[in-house]
Amino acid sequence: MNTSHHFSRRRFLALTALAGAVAVGMDALRAVAAFAADAAGWPADAFKQKSEADAAKTLYGKTFEPSDKVKLDAPEIAENGAVVPISVSSTLPNVTSISIMVKENPYVLAASYKIPEGTSAAVSNRLKMAKTSQVVAVVESGGKLYSASKEVKVTVGGCGG
Amino acid sequence: MASSIRVRATASGETTEVQALIQHPMDSGFVKNAKGELVPAHHIETVQFEANGKVVFTALWGPAVSKDPYVKFSFKGGKKGDDLKISWVDNKGASDSMTAKIQ
Amino acid sequence: MFRKILISVACCAIFANSALAADSINPEQDFKAFRQFFQSKFPKIKLDDFVNGPYSVDEGLHKQWLQKEEFPPYDFAVDKGKELMAKPFANGKTMADCFPNKGIGIRQDYPYFDAKEGKVITLELAVNRCLEQNGEKPYSYTGDDMASVTAYMAFTSRGKPFDIKIPNDPRALAAYEHGKQYFYQRRGQLNFSCASCHVQSPGELIRSERLAPALGILNAMPIYRSEWGGMGTISRRFTSCNSQVRGVPLKPQDAEYRDVEYYLSYMANGLPISGPGARP
Repeated sequence: MNTSHHFSRRRFLALTALAGAVAVGMDALRAVAAFAADAAGWPADAFKQKSEADAAKTLYGKTFEPSDKVKLDAPEIAENGAVVPISVSSTLPNVTSISIMVKENPYVLAASYKIPEGTSAAVSNRLKMAKTSQVVAVVESGGKLYSASKEVKVTVGGCGG
Repeated sequence: MASSIRVRATASGETTEVQALIQHPMDSGFVKNAKGELVPAHHIETVQFEANGKVVFTALWGPAVSKDPYVKFSFKGGKKGDDLKISWVDNKGASDSMTAKIQ
Repeated sequence: MFRKILISVACCAIFANSALAADSINPEQDFKAFRQFFQSKFPKIKLDDFVNGPYSVDEGLHKQWLQKEEFPPYDFAVDKGKELMAKPFANGKTMADCFPNKGIGIRQDYPYFDAKEGKVITLELAVNRCLEQNGEKPYSYTGDDMASVTAYMAFTSRGKPFDIKIPNDPRALAAYEHGKQYFYQRRGQLNFSCASCHVQSPGELIRSERLAPALGILNAMPIYRSEWGGMGTISRRFTSCNSQVRGVPLKPQDAEYRDVEYYLSYMANGLPISGPGARP
């Protein structure tokens, strides 16, 4: 698994060095530069927070309040804590970010999504939940934060079906 | 070597729906191996989606995202035949990217 | 009369390796009884839906399964399997060359009884034989490569009904019966048989996990299990089930495993192959 990633990264960098395929090379260079800037913006501190309030403060610098315009779709009982399908959507205007937190996880922030203009305020993903927990969706709209939460039960089986 | 990224991008009217599935261990750093040693965290940090050179979605992922991660979102402005580029970088600095055509 | 009593005792014995009279073995009758049992136990489930295992018996699980199936995690294994089947061996041949129709759309015919060898051949066994016959190293029966190849083959057979044949050959009938006995025989410290969970308690919870009905239980194999974070073959599932009842697992592809796969697959005749599958 690791070797394949290193190989493709090496190949990716080699491509950028190839003066021959100038068009491809130039595009790749631009892409690397643009992406590197974003990659440097991975909010390491936010991903280390242990409470939803702290995660929101570190990520957005604000607090959030519940809103019925944020919809959180998650199962009542997760079929398996390793893969919990969770969707968030919102009818609020000017949504610029959606974040999902799992209260009982070691670090509460699971994922955060940047929503540029023109992109729908909705995301579906699959998250890990360590145990039964509140899942909290936080949506940034017009510079303010709104949330919805739901409890998802996680059981530990071990016997298989 | 097959790409780690599988994507389905479908345009319907003004909206393009994008689903991506990425092959990655997404080790959280909290799990122990058979010897009782912690398997170090190894997970994707950022995934960027670009359509026609414009960033349409960015995912910032932590270790709580499931193995072989999946994400779905939609955006306006894409049409059939357009290029959709997906790139990811993980916490070890590895990366992969691919470009698919919107169907 | 005495011989009949002897035979029925032999049938009930745990290690029945004495010759079984062909006329006491009746797969068609077993098939009808098996099917009727599950359909009357779950009257609301459409026959074909039994292949979805625990998802056919629990609404909450069903919804999560549909969400996973939108872009299923076993997709990578299917791709890998396609690659492996087409990759040339050192001798220039490929795995596809070992199988009828290049391995496409044939999964529903396995396992089958090989008259020449007098034993049941499963798909996994056939894959490894192909490798060995071509001078290649065989796959681990519980590993990812075997899972990938069988995932691809299952994928090309999706929707095709299981078509397992039991020829009128005493050895085939004996293998079938042997598999059936294995299925119903208790083992392990927990003293469970396969039937304890999958015939007596399907739809119920065992330590918070939903049990799948035995009808159609192999149709989705191999499976990507969230619990495993990866793919698992039939061999992997059989050996882990043995461990879970605190029994000593057999070696993959031992006669009992091949025969119980034969029995269960025959019981699912007519039900569509749904593999590869995703499970909790």
